[in-house]
Amino acid sequence: MRGPGFVALLLLAAALVFGAARLVDNPYAFFAGYVVLQYVVLATAWNILGGYTGYVNFGTAAFFALGAYTTVALHKLTSLPLPAMMLAGGIVSGAVGIGTGYLTLRLRGTYFSIATLAMAVVVQTLITNWSFVGGSRGAYVVRPAEVMGLDYVQYLFLLMLALAVIAIATARTIERARIGTGFAAIRDDEVAAEANGVPTLRLKLIATALSGGLMGMAGAPLPYYVTYLDPASGFSLSYAVNTIAMPLIGGTSSWVGPVIGAVLLGTLQQVASVTISSALSLLIVGLLLVGFVIAAPRGIIGWFGK
Amino acid sequence: MTSLLQVQGLGKRFGGFVALSDISFDVADGERLGLIGPNGSGKSTLVNCLCGTLRNESGEVRFAGHSLAGLNAHQRIRRGLARSFQLPRPFGTMTLAENLRVPILYAVQPRTGARVPDIDRRCTDLLGMVGLADKADRKPADLTQIEMRKLELARAMASEPRLLIADEAMAGLSHQEVDEILALLLRLNAEGVTIIMIEHIMRAVLAFSQRLVVLVAGRKIADGAPQDVVREPAVVEAYLGS
Amino acid sequence: MDLLSLDLLGNALVSGLLLGAFYAAVTIGVSISFGMLDIVNIAHPAFIILGSYTAYIANTALGVDPILASIVLLPAFYLLGMAIYTIYDLAFERRGDASIRGLAFFFGLLFITEVALVLVFGVDYRLVEAPYIGPSLTLGPVDLPLRLLVPALVSLGLIGGLQLFMRHSFTGRAIQAVAQDPLALRLMAANPTRIKRIAFGLSIATASVAGAVLIVIQPVEPSIARDYIGRVFAICVMGGLGSFGGTIAAAMALGVVESLTSTFSGPSWSPAVAFGFLLLTLALRPAGLFGRS
Repeated sequence: MRGPGFVALLLLAAALVFGAARLVDNPYAFFAGYVVLQYVVLATAWNILGGYTGYVNFGTAAFFALGAYTTVALHKLTSLPLPAMMLAGGIVSGAVGIGTGYLTLRLRGTYFSIATLAMAVVVQTLITNWSFVGGSRGAYVVRPAEVMGLDYVQYLFLLMLALAVIAIATARTIERARIGTGFAAIRDDEVAAEANGVPTLRLKLIATALSGGLMGMAGAPLPYYVTYLDPASGFSLSYAVNTIAMPLIGGTSSWVGPVIGAVLLGTLQQVASVTISSALSLLIVGLLLVGFVIAAPRGIIGWFGK
Repeated sequence: MTSLLQVQGLGKRFGGFVALSDISFDVADGERLGLIGPNGSGKSTLVNCLCGTLRNESGEVRFAGHSLAGLNAHQRIRRGLARSFQLPRPFGTMTLAENLRVPILYAVQPRTGARVPDIDRRCTDLLGMVGLADKADRKPADLTQIEMRKLELARAMASEPRLLIADEAMAGLSHQEVDEILALLLRLNAEGVTIIMIEHIMRAVLAFSQRLVVLVAGRKIADGAPQDVVREPAVVEAYLGS
Repeated sequence: MDLLSLDLLGNALVSGLLLGAFYAAVTIGVSISFGMLDIVNIAHPAFIILGSYTAYIANTALGVDPILASIVLLPAFYLLGMAIYTIYDLAFERRGDASIRGLAFFFGLLFITEVALVLVFGVDYRLVEAPYIGPSLTLGPVDLPLRLLVPALVSLGLIGGLQLFMRHSFTGRAIQAVAQDPLALRLMAANPTRIKRIAFGLSIATASVAGAVLIVIQPVEPSIARDYIGRVFAICVMGGLGSFGGTIAAAMALGVVESLTSTFSGPSWSPAVAFGFLLLTLALRPAGLFGRS
């Protein structure tokens, strides 16, 4: 299928999702759906770097929270509309991605992974000590009741839906474009990729910037969703675990994998944290992650096709 | 004949270990050069320095009249300097055809702006040239040792190089398989590609090379016509022991 | 600098060195698994916290000294390590696919351990009781709290013992050989997988003692494992991957820098010091790292 046709189909699917959520006519559907969509974006973003180039990012929480705190800062300083703040959050996180990548992407992949863990704690410490955005006490954000006649939670849901469409379309475009071949070559054998003309450092920086930027955009609406944001929740390790577990469980070789993983795991957690407990639902995610990497190395999409 | 590659005073050390010191030689356009030396003499390090995988600390490499100083490996292959790896390093998750697409997309297309249907045909042609056309949609893991070598050579050729460095493309192959690869390289050379062959199999090197360069312990100890070089006492000593 | 801040400086230096010795014990397991076996066990700090909790149970339920308990528990942690390596070897190393999935495996273990501890013990800080928690030795202007001194001595003892084992036993030398060259090991007629399993068991065993000294030094809750990931890998990388002496030196350097930061800029900045150290190490000293690849 050509690019424009695929995007049209994605938009149609998005419209169906939104229509279905309206039909359910329960505010909780939008609250829960927002979280699932957020994970679709995060998992897809993670997979652009992790699945396509093979560089494991443990710092999802940092990129995500940077987007959220960009919104907190802009909320205090300006009255920009939320989509503009999302763009700003994406730029901040993308820039941090390039910075981290520039420092560590020349090294073996393992060091990049360890560095992203370290980066998450450094950013969290900076935010915790920055009183303008609330410091360790956290920050309150007043959520408007509605925007353009639309309930604000529905508006947030719609924005995250749009971002999910953008993320998926980006991932699929990469897969089919020249750059996707370059990414795959890096993942398979970086030295051979460089020797065959692939500008490996530049491509890795592009992947880090895209991946980090999308994560930042996914985090930007968070303050309006939770209305109270503190570093402990913004930087929660569960973001990192989920965004790694979802692509690996769904399958990393194509854009479909992270989407399947995010929808399955995201829904499972929404249900489990209501019916059982949120700690137990996180334990399930951890067990599924370990179980899948041991027993199903190609994820759910590996069960289908060749 | 004009020089395609000029190496002048090249040196490389790892920590305190001197891997290459003061290596100088020229390769003429269209020439077939054999590069030999015992294990650990610095041949692979030299290849890595020429191709930009490693940085040399001293000396200069010029290719087609331009200095290669500061250029990465991917910039060098785009200028026409390609290499095959001693141990084949295929892209494991890609089919054979996709393996060849990488250098075409990244080394050839930026130069020529080739269109996609042409790229597909070029992949098929190249695989046909090395006798792997019927395996275009297979993964490298399905290949035999010699097929892997052929894929490695086909991928290096896919970048349409002016100079190809074949790093021990025949190690571990049977007599007949060596002849197959030799014929392939000779055909390439006849089409105008300059070739540096690094090889342990003396029969192949002597059959192929118009000139030999000998490295021992990171130094060049001989450079000349093959039949003369193999008689030089220093070379004999290095190979047979004193 | 006036006398008061000179006192502060002296105390900060001493407690930094004591803290450093403890950091070395926390890192030594990773020096074995990452430094020698090339297994990126980012879950190691979680096993250390597990060690803290087992020492805590022994201390509160049975009244046993936490450090003594951790030494008794060494074999249990050793077996746990052997079991984990067996799974790791079958699922990743044999398939030749240790990179992404291997990392995710250990990340999953880190997370499972943390969440399981939260489910069992909650998120409250836990602490232990021992006669050396509280009193201090005083040497002129410098205080030597036994709460730091005893863990430092135990840590150095642990590393010293391991060093003797690596130097003088056949298995220890085989572990060092597997780090250099698996082929050479096979020539010694030893099975590399068995040697690696033993080595990984040892690396997890150290977590028992490291966890006990951790809970002697500070109260523990499940999520502090993460604070140690950066420290541990920073020290391991700076110390030259697998060198025990280098590990101690790097650990003490970090301990002193952290202690100074905490004294003069406030404790909320000290996690950033460790991780900043790691980022700088990775960015500025890659030459030392490349030797292996």
